[in-house]
Amino acid sequence: MSTQRQDSTASQQLFNALADLTRRSIVELLATRGQMTATDICDNFSVSHPAISQHLKVLREAELVHIKKSAQKRIYSLNPDTIHDIEDWAKQLTEHWNERFERLDKVLQTEKRRMLKRR
Amino acid sequence: MARNKTKVTVEPGKQEFFITREFDAPRDFVFKAFTDPKLYVQWLGPRGMKMRLERFEPRSGGMWRYIHTDEKGNEYAFHGVNHEVFPPERLIDTFEFEGLPEKGHVSLETARFEELPGGRSKLTIQSIFQSVADRDGMVQSGMEVGINESFERLDEVLAQTPITSLVSKRA
Repeated sequence: MSTQRQDSTASQQLFNALADLTRRSIVELLATRGQMTATDICDNFSVSHPAISQHLKVLREAELVHIKKSAQKRIYSLNPDTIHDIEDWAKQLTEHWNERFERLDKVLQTEKRRMLKRR
Repeated sequence: MARNKTKVTVEPGKQEFFITREFDAPRDFVFKAFTDPKLYVQWLGPRGMKMRLERFEPRSGGMWRYIHTDEKGNEYAFHGVNHEVFPPERLIDTFEFEGLPEKGHVSLETARFEELPGGRSKLTIQSIFQSVADRDGMVQSGMEVGINESFERLDEVLAQTPITSLVSKRA
């Protein structure tokens, strides 16, 4: 469990970043649109510009978004590596329970057969 | 068996997660597999680990404790109290992972067993934690315990929801 503790700062950042509704909405928006400037993102929310900037900072620090500078503009996009890790993680979590339940299926089949024999 | 898919629901910012699964067996059987120690050890432990039931009292007020041991001999112990054992419908227990640096991070688990037509049944497990951080931490460590070493990389970057649900679901 020691590795988990060491890595907890990075994962905690990611958890915190996604725990906020506005930040999740920004991630959803970027997932749909691909690339957006900070101004484009702000236009989609009724929240103040500084508030959105703060949210974007959190997303950046959690490595959920990439930033690309083009002239005076900062263009945001999702970081595919982090998104891919999230997908892997979700798959693994489900797979863990799947394995467990597949063993349970076998246990149940054996039990059923035993019950039939007894009759 | 292909139709019996495990559904894990972990929504961002919440203190709980849900697991649902259907079985090709009546609920009495599934309930028994949760409360008969001989059956329980056959399926609960993660792959590649030995599971030892140290205490198992499947009755309301009874205690439980089990230890998973990996190939290197590392032990992961868990314990709790059975709040309610109500055959064949419901099991409610507390759950604590002993490997956390701080004690007192307990969750409440409810397993519900429903009868379905055709000798089938449905299981729903709900785990409620004291905080969102506790929930996320347990989901992480649960994954770590259950997943083999080729996925070590995932320990580093974790999140709390599949991206598909992030995109499709507006909380």
